[in-house]
Amino acid sequence: MENFLRSSDNKWLRHRLSFVAYFVTSAFALLFLRLFYLQIIEGDEYRQLSENNCIRLQNIDYPRGIIFDRNGILLVDNRPSFNLSLLLNKAKPVESTINNLSRYINVPAEELISQINTIKGLSCYKPVLLKQDIGRNILAAVEAHKYNIPGVLVDVKPKRFYPQGNRAAHLIGYLSEISSTELKYEKYCENKPGDYIGKFGIEKAFEKYLMGKTGNRQIEVNSVGQVIRVLNTIGAEAGDNIYLTIDTRVQKKAEELLAGKAGAVVAMDPSSGEILAMASSPSYDPNLFVSGMTHDEWENLISHPHRPIENKAIKGTYPPASTYKIVTAIAGLEEHIIDVNTSFFCPGYMPYGNRNYMCWKKGGHGRVNVVRALAESCDVFFYNVGLRLGADKLEKYAKVSGLGSPTGIDLEQEGTGLIPSTKWKKKRFGSPWSAGENLSVAIGQGYNLVTPIQMLVLISEIANGGEKIKPLVVKKIMTPDGKLIMESKPEKLGRVPVSQDTINIIKEGLFDVVNKNFGTAYWSRPGSGIEMSGKTGTAQVVGRKQDESNYDKKEVPYACKPHAWFVCYAPSIDPKIAISVVIEHGGHGASSAAPIAKELVKTYLNPENEENQNSSNEPAELANIYDEY
Amino acid sequence: MIDRRLVQNFDWKLLGLTIVLSFTGVITVYSAVTTGISNIHQILYVKQIIWYCAGMFLMIIAFLFNYNSLERYAFIIYGFCIFLLLMVLIIGKYAGGAKRWLMFGPLTFQPSELAKLAVILVLARYYSKAASVNGLSLSELTIPIVLCIVPFALIVLQPDLGTAMIILLIAVSMTLFVKIEKKTAIFLFTSATVTFPTIWFFLRDYQKKRIITFLNPEIDPLGSGYHIIQSKIAIGSGMVTGKGFLKGTQSALSFLPEQQTDFIFSVFAEQWGFIGSFLLLLVFFMFITRCLKITYGSKNYFGAILSFGITSMLLWHIVVNMGMVMGLMPVVGVTLPFISYGGSSIIVTLTGIGILLNISMRRFLFN
Repeated sequence: MENFLRSSDNKWLRHRLSFVAYFVTSAFALLFLRLFYLQIIEGDEYRQLSENNCIRLQNIDYPRGIIFDRNGILLVDNRPSFNLSLLLNKAKPVESTINNLSRYINVPAEELISQINTIKGLSCYKPVLLKQDIGRNILAAVEAHKYNIPGVLVDVKPKRFYPQGNRAAHLIGYLSEISSTELKYEKYCENKPGDYIGKFGIEKAFEKYLMGKTGNRQIEVNSVGQVIRVLNTIGAEAGDNIYLTIDTRVQKKAEELLAGKAGAVVAMDPSSGEILAMASSPSYDPNLFVSGMTHDEWENLISHPHRPIENKAIKGTYPPASTYKIVTAIAGLEEHIIDVNTSFFCPGYMPYGNRNYMCWKKGGHGRVNVVRALAESCDVFFYNVGLRLGADKLEKYAKVSGLGSPTGIDLEQEGTGLIPSTKWKKKRFGSPWSAGENLSVAIGQGYNLVTPIQMLVLISEIANGGEKIKPLVVKKIMTPDGKLIMESKPEKLGRVPVSQDTINIIKEGLFDVVNKNFGTAYWSRPGSGIEMSGKTGTAQVVGRKQDESNYDKKEVPYACKPHAWFVCYAPSIDPKIAISVVIEHGGHGASSAAPIAKELVKTYLNPENEENQNSSNEPAELANIYDEY
Repeated sequence: MIDRRLVQNFDWKLLGLTIVLSFTGVITVYSAVTTGISNIHQILYVKQIIWYCAGMFLMIIAFLFNYNSLERYAFIIYGFCIFLLLMVLIIGKYAGGAKRWLMFGPLTFQPSELAKLAVILVLARYYSKAASVNGLSLSELTIPIVLCIVPFALIVLQPDLGTAMIILLIAVSMTLFVKIEKKTAIFLFTSATVTFPTIWFFLRDYQKKRIITFLNPEIDPLGSGYHIIQSKIAIGSGMVTGKGFLKGTQSALSFLPEQQTDFIFSVFAEQWGFIGSFLLLLVFFMFITRCLKITYGSKNYFGAILSFGITSMLLWHIVVNMGMVMGLMPVVGVTLPFISYGGSSIIVTLTGIGILLNISMRRFLFN
């Protein structure tokens, strides 16, 4: 066996190779026949096709899905944009064409020529894009003088349009041209350079619904580029339409109230979790991203000290300050450290270790129980509770209420926040937890950090009697022809592990905050028959000074002013709306955050006040905006 | 090292055909990149010439030593190649939706091309010991299957379906060449019909699309189907005599995708017509026949199987590529040996020919 290959005319090898020879011969014969068929039999037809070089591909752009608010009010639309391009081999004489064109579109001829020159290496058979998104006036001029400018082509493309400007800009997000890195992701395998994709907010998170399908048209053109016939068409498919949970009326009000401040307002229905408004200030106009902004405009946006393109409602993290007393009270009651009757005496400070921990009220609150302590936001009461609880039990109740972790809202870039525990401190700093820190965390200072939306979830859970909740931003998604694809329903997440009794006690305290004359937000009660419950907070950003009563005054530098918090729900019985407000360096929660919540509650629960004037001027406004483009 | 008999036995005809094909390659790439609208590719034909020089150098090295030493180093080369394939997946260069290249300073290299030679080497070594007149049994096939599956899987992951398919075709050809038992053949055939639907499941969307488009181009007349149509127009419009050198209109307007690599034959056929294409086909046929002659004349089993493996690699490249551009096969990224642009491809092709020359000139030596 081993030696059967010694001689070159071996039988075995010859036998194997004869098979191979048959195969090779037939394979080449097949290629030969195919070549013969293509070049000799069909050659004439193919030659004709190629001489006219007549088959071309055209993309048909799809309109992206439209976005509405919960009541069907238009938030995001597409508008036609007209792009101007030039087919060089038809633009004869080139010079006069360019000169004429430059007059009609108000662009210097030199600029047009240099634009053409940058791509001169390309064929003169391909249109060169000269100007994107020309306005209607220029379009009219171009159309009217068509005979003067041969070879000039105008094509229409759908372009994203935000008719209400910066309305809910952070929630909706914006589109921008796909980057070369993004093109490599499998997620964007259908995209090509030059496409616009969602980069932020709903536009990004729901990209796969909003994105339609690019269509294609295979056309036969003659030697001068005119379409003779369409051989094949695959129509473009529009993207799906999205109905958000937000209510434009509330959203608009929230944005107006935030104007000129840095901060966030977020409101939701505490029983369903549907977000009714989400505003972050300062804001930006998403239309700028679509039309392409200059380098300076972009620099201004990203280097602005108040971070206009950050969605502070979900990404901003702040010390919760006194709003956190809700958690401390829950933990104290649940762990039986206090009951509804337990009271502590507040002389205005609490000596612990070798220092005095101050209450915000210099003279003290006297003897207060938990309800009264919440209403007056007494620090000393909660110092006592915190001291007896310890950081880890407090952490437990903060975490079960949803603080210190993302809420799971369908938006990217949600902030996490931080709820400290003794273990966390050991790991982070290597030093043990000191007992004095129990006092600071109990009133929401220290290492605590939460996002406005986390606080909103917490206050909603109180409002709805202890049901866990996940914020929803999308109400439903429908195909362009109106078929329902997805309708979000509140998920049943179970109860927060806190007893009904405890929640009732907290509710009583929160009611008194707004409705009793000793409550911290008494001056922000909405009136006109609406009862609201809430909690104020004033978050120190620098060490607490002895005299802090003049935060609202001008002497304190902006960056040293505390952040103002207010979380609330209304009506107090059977709540319909819960709100979380934070104003960066706004001063006192009671004076700068609570009034915003009050106005919003009034807007939502008393619609008839403003409805009439709004509905009458909105369409007119809109028509004007469309005309500008 | 080289004695007189080696020079006497040198296969001048094979070398001649190689040079003719290489020259054709350079001028075709030249015509593909200079008539095209994109100037950025114009230096490609210069690069192509440099690659040919490098390839010729490696070809000379590949026939200087006695090929039997390859048998000893087969597994080392194979192991090194698997290592490179793993490196591609980890630190490879990402381009056009796939990770296929390793960077060595300014040079990029495609280890999957080398994998073809490595698989041929290990299979030749294994089969030269395992083959028998009755054919291979199923248990004897276990090792070659494993040896082939590992690089195959690594290349599919890149993903580079074309090269993976070529490796599979080479391995199957070599196995059938050394003969397998009838019952084994039946068993393998049945299991293959079961496996293919499974493989289908793992294919990327664009790969599935290509196969579906191939089976029914009407589905996608604007994507992959469009390329086939344009390629057929280019070839067909060449008619009998062609449009003349540098006069191809299809290629000038860049209607062809990848016209300097995968669709190079369309560029050639458009310019040289049926006469030119037929001559090229004939040269390729003569070339393959010449290679098979070397297999026939090999003095030992290793040489015969090794030379057959290299021949089958070249043959499959020619058949699959030409079949593809003429609309007989799916659009898979497979180059046309000698003609297509591409450094790794040229180097592997010429190194393979170096080994063939090596086997041929040592056919009368005994050791």
